Amino acid sequence: MDDRGTLLQVRDLTAQFNLDGVPSRVVKGISFDIAPGEAVGFVGESGCGKSVTARAIMRLAPEGSSVEWGGRILFRGQDLLTLDEHEMRDMRGRRIAMVFQDPMASLNPVMTVGAQIDDILCRHTGVSRRAARRRTVELLGLVGIHDPALRADDYPHQFSGGMRQRVLIAIAVSCQPDLLIADEPTTALDVTVQAQILRLLMRLRRELGMALMLITHDFGVIAGMVERVYVMHGGEIVEFGEIDALFAGPRHSYTQALLAAVPRIETARRTA
Amino acid sequence: MTNAEPLLRVRDLCVTFPARRGRPPVRAVDQVSFDIEAGRTVGLVGESGSGKTTAGRAILQLQPATGGSVRLLGRELTAMSRAQVRGMRRHMQLVQQNPYSSLHPRMTIAQILAEPLTVHRSVPSQRIAERVAELMTLVGMDPAVVPRYPHEFSGGQRQRIVIARALAVNPDFVVCDEPVSAVDVRTQAQIVDLLHDLQDKLRLSYLFIAHDLAVVRAVAHRVAVMYGGRIVELGDAARVYDSPVHPYTRNLLDAVPIPDPARQRAKLAESSPEPQFRGRDGETGPCVFGEDHAAGGMPAWHEVGPGHGVSCRFWPPGVTPPALKGH
Repeated sequence: MDDRGTLLQVRDLTAQFNLDGVPSRVVKGISFDIAPGEAVGFVGESGCGKSVTARAIMRLAPEGSSVEWGGRILFRGQDLLTLDEHEMRDMRGRRIAMVFQDPMASLNPVMTVGAQIDDILCRHTGVSRRAARRRTVELLGLVGIHDPALRADDYPHQFSGGMRQRVLIAIAVSCQPDLLIADEPTTALDVTVQAQILRLLMRLRRELGMALMLITHDFGVIAGMVERVYVMHGGEIVEFGEIDALFAGPRHSYTQALLAAVPRIETARRTA
Repeated sequence: MTNAEPLLRVRDLCVTFPARRGRPPVRAVDQVSFDIEAGRTVGLVGESGSGKTTAGRAILQLQPATGGSVRLLGRELTAMSRAQVRGMRRHMQLVQQNPYSSLHPRMTIAQILAEPLTVHRSVPSQRIAERVAELMTLVGMDPAVVPRYPHEFSGGQRQRIVIARALAVNPDFVVCDEPVSAVDVRTQAQIVDLLHDLQDKLRLSYLFIAHDLAVVRAVAHRVAVMYGGRIVELGDAARVYDSPVHPYTRNLLDAVPIPDPARQRAKLAESSPEPQFRGRDGETGPCVFGEDHAAGGMPAWHEVGPGHGVSCRFWPPGVTPPALKGH
């Protein structure tokens, strides 16, 4: 670790599901750190436990399941796993925020996006509706939505996929969290929109000084976005390191296999 | 192959969705033309809403075309009756994106693979089991697992089964619509390898539709770039990827993340181009290349190299085409 100290310290984190009474451990005692303002990536294939790890920090069980967490998640020295639900609710959104892959599923379809952001601001910062709306318009502008004052009165379905993801990012950064967790934030988006969202995340991280935990299966996405990366496989961290070093010389055979399988735009068709 | 007609010839294919709720009709596919030779792959790339899936479906006659021609093996498909099209289905098949929803959950793999064989009567009933086993081997799976159900398989294995089903009738042409976008990167590489091997072995032609430009590069001989229902650039994969001419193609290629930290960081540090492309429909006078298509009644298409062409539509205002040989 460098001299920035630690924002998040995860130690021996486990996540155990009960599938039809059969316990199944999907995160098997992993440890990692994130420094204030640092960008850290988690890569791996589906089912490797990267999303469950992210959700553990938010203490969110994957939909329709109950999960047993183990280990410690120290956020500014405070163990999130020991907080009661009320304290945790205060933490979520305010100190730690999350952006998911599917922006439509994360928004309320029958409320204007402005009203949804206003609500969050009122709840977390206790400002008046009027002040909240001013801040909402500011936030929508911050994430690159044109005519934010007008668009605030639109419903989610009136936004494109990329614009919806911008709205979600606006919501996530609305209370200036110390840590933004982004779980496959661009996977459902077109490549040109993806590039815009990645640039937006970079800019916000710089401007707001927040740490970023980026979860993705895409080595291209991770390459330009983070300083350090953890490679996950089968609920374990199999390799971690500085991003440049890991790409230049992956040590673990699994990382090597993953990197070798990444399609590259410069590589032509295999000749028959 | 100069006189002979290619395996698939698509000319001026149009699909228009009718006006709805006061909105004007949508031209989802607009005068799309290209050929696919036997044993070759054409990649069709573009963003969501560009019309690539609709084009693929219209070629297979799964979506009525509102204009243009589709000839497969020298036969015009758009003029055929339903029964005739059904007869042509054993020459043309579809492999779709989602290996979870495209297999019937209550049918065993044996039943799934036997169905097309029975429907098309391609093998006598006593030979079906043998053919099913053959198909499993062909896609690199153990024939012993055919009594199982789709949910017992991984995403990659299911995609192999979907491919086996498409190949059951011995087609000449397969439309692969985002065949690897729902699977992990290692599985993706295996499926791409499988599609290559099958093409070599069976001389299949593919129309490979995908939004992932890196995957398309790995499979396609030729690439067509779609934007707003039109093909805006078409050429050999090496030319389109290494020397793209149309600004939209450049825009698309520039946005692809590169798995190289230093280069990808430099890329993200550049400001994001958000060009406003303009359709040039109904515009009079010369196009960006200085030709007047309306006056000459010529298509808005320009050859910029051997087998490499671009449309003069959808150029952002102010962008002038790079100097071109022959213009």
